[in-house]
Order: sequence, then C-alpha cells, then structure tokens
Amino acid sequence: MRIHIKGGTLIDPAEGTQVAGDLFIADERIAGVRSAPAGFQADRAIDAAGLMVCPGLVELSARLREPGFEYKATLESEMQAAVAGGVTSLACPPDTDPPLDEPGLVEMLKFRARSLKQARVYPLGALTQGLKGERLTEMAELHDAGCIGYGQADAPIANSLVLSRALQYATTFGFCVWLRPQDPSLAHGGVAHDGQVSTRLGLPGVPVSAETIALSTILILAQETSARIHLCRLSSAAGLELVRRAKQEGMPVTCDVAVAHVHLSEIDLGFFDSNCNLIPPLRSLRDRDALRQGLAEGTIDAICSDHTPVDDDAKQRPFAEAEPGATGLELLLPLTLKWAQEARVPLPVALRKVTSEPLRILGLPGGRLRPGEVADLCLFDAQARWKVEPAALFSQGKNTPFLGYELPGRVRYTLVGGAIVFER
Amino acid sequence: MSGNPQLSPEGKLRHLLTIEGLPPEILVQILDTARSFVSVTEREVKKVPLLRGKAIFNLFFEPSTRTRTTFEIAAKRLSADVVNLNIATSSQTKGETLLDTVANLSAMHADMFIVRHSQSGAAHLIARHVGPHIHVVNAGDGRHAHPTQALLDMFTIREYKGGFHQLRVAIIGDVLHSRVARSEIHALTTLGVPEVRVIGPRTLLPAHVEQLGVQVHHDMAQGLRDVDVVIMLRLQSERMDGALLPSAQEFFKYYGLTPEKLAHAKPDAIVMHPGPMNRGIEIESSVADGGQSVILPQVTFGIAVRMAVMSILAGN
Repeated sequence: MRIHIKGGTLIDPAEGTQVAGDLFIADERIAGVRSAPAGFQADRAIDAAGLMVCPGLVELSARLREPGFEYKATLESEMQAAVAGGVTSLACPPDTDPPLDEPGLVEMLKFRARSLKQARVYPLGALTQGLKGERLTEMAELHDAGCIGYGQADAPIANSLVLSRALQYATTFGFCVWLRPQDPSLAHGGVAHDGQVSTRLGLPGVPVSAETIALSTILILAQETSARIHLCRLSSAAGLELVRRAKQEGMPVTCDVAVAHVHLSEIDLGFFDSNCNLIPPLRSLRDRDALRQGLAEGTIDAICSDHTPVDDDAKQRPFAEAEPGATGLELLLPLTLKWAQEARVPLPVALRKVTSEPLRILGLPGGRLRPGEVADLCLFDAQARWKVEPAALFSQGKNTPFLGYELPGRVRYTLVGGAIVFER
Repeated sequence: MSGNPQLSPEGKLRHLLTIEGLPPEILVQILDTARSFVSVTEREVKKVPLLRGKAIFNLFFEPSTRTRTTFEIAAKRLSADVVNLNIATSSQTKGETLLDTVANLSAMHADMFIVRHSQSGAAHLIARHVGPHIHVVNAGDGRHAHPTQALLDMFTIREYKGGFHQLRVAIIGDVLHSRVARSEIHALTTLGVPEVRVIGPRTLLPAHVEQLGVQVHHDMAQGLRDVDVVIMLRLQSERMDGALLPSAQEFFKYYGLTPEKLAHAKPDAIVMHPGPMNRGIEIESSVADGGQSVILPQVTFGIAVRMAVMSILAGN
C-alpha cells in the first residue's frame, strides 16, 4: 500500500531535526521525504495536520506475559497496547514461565508475535538456565532462534564466577549482555528505598549500595572481559555516577532508566500505594533529579516503560505482598513528552531516548526518516491531553502509579512496515 | 492518593490507622475521653451502653493475646457484640485473600474491624476497601504502626507526668522492627514533647530515623541522662543472634535496663514496656517490678484508651 502522510511535522530524532513536510510510503518503506518520488500515486492519504510524525517508539523492556502468565496478560492484549502507544519494536525480557532459555520457546514467541502483524518483537534470551544464575544457556543457539541479547531480568547471579564466565562466553560471539544491577543479599526482602519513607512506613528497605555494589562488580568484570554490557533500570544518583565514570573511561556500556523513575520518588508511596511497588524501588527526590540530569546530559541512553502487566488481585494486597511492576507501553510517549516539557528538552532530543537510542542498544538499523528506511512510524498529537484510567488502556494490566494523571501526547496512527496497525 | 485516609472530609476520625498526620486535638480528645472511662472500669458494674447493637470484629491475622483481649474487654464494656477471628489459623491458610475475608465479614454487617496483620500497610488497605459506615482500627501492622499502644502510653505518661511540654523521653532497643516505637515517636512529637531520644545499636535503628524528629544515641548512660520517661521495646527472639546482634547476653549488657543504668535518668523517671517482656534481655526484673515501673498500669489504661477510640469512631 502506498500512503501519503500530509501536512505533519517530521521529526528525525537521530538527526535532531523537526520540519514541516509530507512523507511518502511505498513497499513497506519510506519512499520520499517532503517531496514525492516520481510517479507516486497514493492508495491512502493520512491528514497529519497538527500531528508529529516520527519513527516508531522502541521499548527496551515489555513483559508480554507469554508463555506462562496468560492470566495477567496475553500477547494479543499487550501487542495492541504497544501499537496504541506508538511502539513499533519491543524487547521482551526472559522471565516468562518457563524462562526463555531454549530456542524452541523463542521461536514460538517470535512466530506468535509475527502472526499478529503488529509491533516487532525482539526476545532477550536467558543468560543462565532457568535464570538460576548457575549454568549458561546455549546463547549461540538462542541467537539463531531470534534472541538479540541475554539477561537475567530481575533474577540475580549471586556467583561472580558465573557472571564472569557468562560475560566471557557472550563476548566470544559478540553478544550484548543486559543486566539489572542489584546485589541479592543487600536487597533481600526489601520492597522500598531504604530511606526516610521506608523508615516511616515500616517497610523493609533496599539500600543504594545494593545497586552500586552490583554495578561495581559488573563494570569490573566487563572491563576484564571486554564484554558489551547494557545496564537496565538505574535507580540512584550514586549508581549513575559509576556509569558516568565507566563511560568516561571509554567502556562500551549503555544504560536505561524506567520512565516511572524519571517522574516519581519514594514520596509517591503515600500511604502504601502498591502501584508504587516497583523494581528497582522508587528512590529519593535527589536520586530522581540525578536521573533526569543523567538523561539530559546523555549518560543515560534510553528511557523504557518497563511494561509489566499485573492483575488486580496481585496488586490489592499489603504493600510488601503486592506484585511489583506497572503497565507502561501506552504511557511511554506521554511520560517522555512530560519530561521533555518539564526539563525543557527539545522534542527531537527527547524522542531520541525512545527511538534511535534504544535501536542502537538493540544493535538494529532504522529509526530515521529518510528514503529507503523501513516505514515504522508513530503519528501523535503532542498537544492532546488525556487522563490515565483503566478504561483508557488496551493493556490487560491496569495498574500504574500514574492512574489519574492527565498526560500530554495522544497517538493517532502507528505504522509498522508501511502498514497502518493502529489508528485512533 | 492525597489527604489523610483516616480522616473524614470534615476532619473527623473515621479510622485509626496511624498516629502520623493526626492533629494534636484528636489525640487529646482520645486521651480525655479515656480519662472518663477509667472511672467506668473501676465501678462495680463496668458497662456503658454506648456501642449497644454494634458488631465489632477482632481480625487477628497474627497471633496476639494481650492486645486482642484488651480490645475485646473494651468493646464489651461499651456493650458491643464482639467476634474474635484468629485468621492466621483459618481462611488465609485456605488461600482466601485479605480483601475477600474482609468483604465476607462486611456482608455480615460489621460496624468496626480491629485489625492486626504482619504486613505494614494492611490496615490502610482494608480501610480503603470497606464501606463508608465501617470503621477500621489498626491493632498493629508489620513494622509500621500500633496507634492504640502509643495512645495508651501517652495516657500513662500524662497520668504520671501531668503533661508533655517539659519532658525528655527515651525509647530503647529494637526500633528498626518496632511499630510501637514508630507510633510513639509520632505521638510524642505531635503532643509537643521537646526531646525524644532513641537508643540502640546501629543495626536496630532504621535509616534516617533522625528525620522522624528524634535524637539518636548508642550509649545508655548518655541517652538516659536526665530523662523523665524510659520506654523499653521488646526484642524478638529471632533478632537476638545472627547479623543484627551477636547475642542476647551482649545486648542485655549494653542495652538492657538495670537499676544502674536507670540511675542516669531523673530520680522520678517512669519505666514503660509495651509487653510482653523478656526479663533479663531488655529489662531486669528488679526494674520491671520496681517502684518506677508503670508497666501494669499501662495495661489497665489500655482498656480505657481502646474504649475511647472505639466510642469516638462509632460516634463520628
């Protein structure tokens, strides 16, 4: 299908440009930018007046809950949520049930996702069998089945020798290892930032040192093995400082932050709001402000929604017993725009954190608005505001700390491979 | 979530979940009401008809004898119908969720739930999900709060010391795991006690405890100097050895209350303990049973204070 996107504002985050103009799509790709290719005949025109036209969003952590947790969410519901949020590619962590530690599971997930013809799914394979932190998985086989990286999701590797070996082995094949830094013994039993709020509410704490000690271990082993590392979900100012130094030394590390941590702090726990039970915990205002600074200066490469649908029964429990996590795919764009407005970050620069930068982390091409690129696009109204309510979400997970917020940015069209997969 | 979930829009007490955020007027109202009930409990016929026809459910998800009993006696003296449920041994073990249990009991036309639970925030969760006519009293949730214990301690302090504005109060022992300590700190600072101290080894004090408005001490002689009120905390046996403390013996040697250590406090200082006591671990028997101890009056006042809380809630 040939599509003529008329009268929008074209944003190329990688280039940092924002210009008015039309876009022409043919054969799944961008055929022309601002001027139509010779003889272009559109099958459909999209009136994009007042809309931003940018590359589709790329989510670095979306739990689709398949296989194993279909009662929390299904591939159908979450893929619909993705495109409703303008997300055209997503990486999913390996903590399914069973975990993604065998090629067959990965192939099945890729096949199921492909057949839905919505967003592109890039599974992360388990780094160790059963995510137990003991024995390595068949990473090369998993790669052939479609994995784009290897990680442990939130499962720890307590044994540093295993971690070192895993990094060495992954590096043999040039694979990227995704790790969320958290020392399991220091974090044991903790459900909130170890600080003034956890003290007041009597909740077991996770100290910042749980993050910094794990980060130090990972960075030292990464240096020793020359491994390519992606650090997931930074939460603290002190942790950020360690990453900043590693980057200054020229280490090949990247890192992301969950969008909730860009906006919220321990204060938002209020009186035990279990929607704020997140991994890692929401930390102090100082930490949150440092993360925002890290994003603006570029130490933090990407923002993700850390999409984790949780059913109501699992949330309606005393704080420490509630299942951690929040729905996020449909909030990634609005919350990124909110940050950009508050921090006075230009739109193309802010969108880079959810488009071209995550693609770079994934080692994938695309994310540009130029002829020949695959037409994965998001068209959104940056001025439209909407209220976050359960009924407004396609995701089966309705729990988020942002319930009741009025956020900017409404996705109108999502295109994957030149096909309109969502319109509102 | 905004506002204080235990107050009605008019600022009246709807639930008692924590002392934190309550205005001093409400605390004083409870203490004054309790004063009038002390005389009731001393009469031959110890009953008043204030809660006649009301159904009060004691929901104890965690075992307790003393607190449950005093709530039961208090409710009965107010002529309420009391149902005791030890849920640790019934439906929760069959997999029913906390909120399902509460919904079922609400369907039996409960008027008030007295809740004890091992998880911080359980009483808040229940209060958020009950119907508008049901009141919730937190009888202890995890490490978070035990507001009626704090109130009966305030009552005891006021009975023996006359007021709050000139006092130095020390709270000693395992503050980290103590809901009693958290509620007491809020109550003392709200009622205008100028100096609240906590004393204990660093492993038993929570992060940033000073931000609750207390002075931190690690030495008993220093921490007890010139205090008017000494509040000992219970040290649970599972904390006595391991990574928090090397042994109960060493804890007693440095933080157990003995006559020698108590001598650093003012001569007329009172000694309190929320019970149950570990004699020889946090307190020596000669102090627990000595002339400065008000530990048994605390228990007696506990009934009047709980009567006051229940009658005020039912009247709001």
